[in-house]
Amino acid sequence: MSHRSFVWLCLLPLAVVTAAFFLLPMARLVVVGAEGPQGLAGYLAILTEPRYRATLINTVVLSAATTIVTLAVATIAGMFLQRHRFPGRTVLIAMLTFPLAFPGVVVGFLIILLAGRQGLIGDISSHMFGEKVVFAYSIYGLFLGYLYFSIPRVILTIMAAVQKLDVGLEEAARSLGASPWAVQRDVVLPALAPAFVASGAIAFATAMGAFGTAFTLATNIDVLPMLIYTEFTLAANFATSAALSVGLGVIAWAILALARSLSGSAVAAAG
Amino acid sequence: MRDRLIFAGQLLFTIGVAAFLVVPVILSISAGVTVNYFRGIASGVTLQWVAQVWNLYYDTILLSFLIAFATLLVALAVGVPAAYALHTRGGRLSRLIEECITLPIAIPGLAIALALLLTYGGFRSFRASWLFILTGHVIFTMPFMVRSVMAVFATVDVKTLDEGAASLGASPARRFLDVIVPNAAPGILAGALMVVTLSLGEFNLTWMLHTPLTKTLPIGLADSYASMRLEVASAYTLIFFIMIIPLLVAMQMLADQGTRK
Repeated sequence: MSHRSFVWLCLLPLAVVTAAFFLLPMARLVVVGAEGPQGLAGYLAILTEPRYRATLINTVVLSAATTIVTLAVATIAGMFLQRHRFPGRTVLIAMLTFPLAFPGVVVGFLIILLAGRQGLIGDISSHMFGEKVVFAYSIYGLFLGYLYFSIPRVILTIMAAVQKLDVGLEEAARSLGASPWAVQRDVVLPALAPAFVASGAIAFATAMGAFGTAFTLATNIDVLPMLIYTEFTLAANFATSAALSVGLGVIAWAILALARSLSGSAVAAAG
Repeated sequence: MRDRLIFAGQLLFTIGVAAFLVVPVILSISAGVTVNYFRGIASGVTLQWVAQVWNLYYDTILLSFLIAFATLLVALAVGVPAAYALHTRGGRLSRLIEECITLPIAIPGLAIALALLLTYGGFRSFRASWLFILTGHVIFTMPFMVRSVMAVFATVDVKTLDEGAASLGASPARRFLDVIVPNAAPGILAGALMVVTLSLGEFNLTWMLHTPLTKTLPIGLADSYASMRLEVASAYTLIFFIMIIPLLVAMQMLADQGTRK
């Protein structure tokens, strides 16, 4: 066997598996999305139907808020951890990154333990103010859950980016009389911009599609994945749920593709 | 003085963030071994909830391991040769294929699961078996294996090694098994850990693909969160942590080793 045909043979199983269990089903999904009573217009329903549009806006606002807060938190903590050496630093880094692989359902449960009916925050608040604060099942609980799984991902990217910063530039700025705040604003943050774009896109796309956390927490919050799920299982509305999932998939993919072309590095999200 | 204050402020902030991530995990672990969570740890420590979870849900734990290792086998058999082929071929077609298999990372699992259901849901016996979940896991984890192996190929000069072995008369298949695979070992290991970890915790796809007879651990978890008392749900989560944390630690150690080299 020639080397050339061996290489093709190596590629064959992947091509078959991907075509049969990914490309074909995705094509089917796109077709089913247009098989509803409205036909192709079913794809516009996500924008024209008031209920779907409200859910879409809800999801986008929630994901954007998650992204912004995560970036702020991860930048402060990541910069600090990368720039200082002190006892306990590695333990702190481990604590901030190990929830990376927790599934969304588990994150949802952890938020219930924190802010649910028997939660820690409720206990503390009822001791201190005599009033039990419970917000796990509201949009704030969901927001906290999204923060929980975004922070570890983003912090790793930010720390790697901070490590690559040229400290000489900051020293030059300082020696030219720039205040510490001005150094941060004009030197450090612009240099971190590609990392912000890359990790922000991951956080945003992951939050848009996060199903497990919403499933555990969101008894009555409208986010896109929950809407798709209820349309499919409870209403058996296959065409609508297919159209909505294609919309969700396109949004998530477009954000990541855009970020990749802007930041020039590999961008990927997970579960 | 000012620097000290800034340092202390940042340290406190970072500790606060770490606490936000760690405290709920500690709450969950302690709730799983507490006799009565409402009355607190003072009510006594017990393993009865863990035992109860095992009795109720041991099949989900076994199925999760079965699917994770089956996913790993497929990812190895399909992904490693493909990574080699994509690396040696190069060019636009390879870029396109790589792009294509990476899509499942960007597209939410829910959409992929719906697509699989709409396409293959009609094949009753396939739909009802655990193989249906396996296909979802394979599609979802494949990019991690392929990219992890390709990342190693980018640093090792595979071409020269391959040509060297070829000049000695080794067949392409021999070269692949005896030269390429051993050199890609670190990437294969990292990819394998990732695949198993992701498969064990996968929920978004699995929730749509499972049947009452094919429940994996995360499905059981969601089930217990909705219907069981807090102690049982926590004990179940504790079992999940015990399964997943060694994998995370191994991944971290592997990454540290890589950066030190």
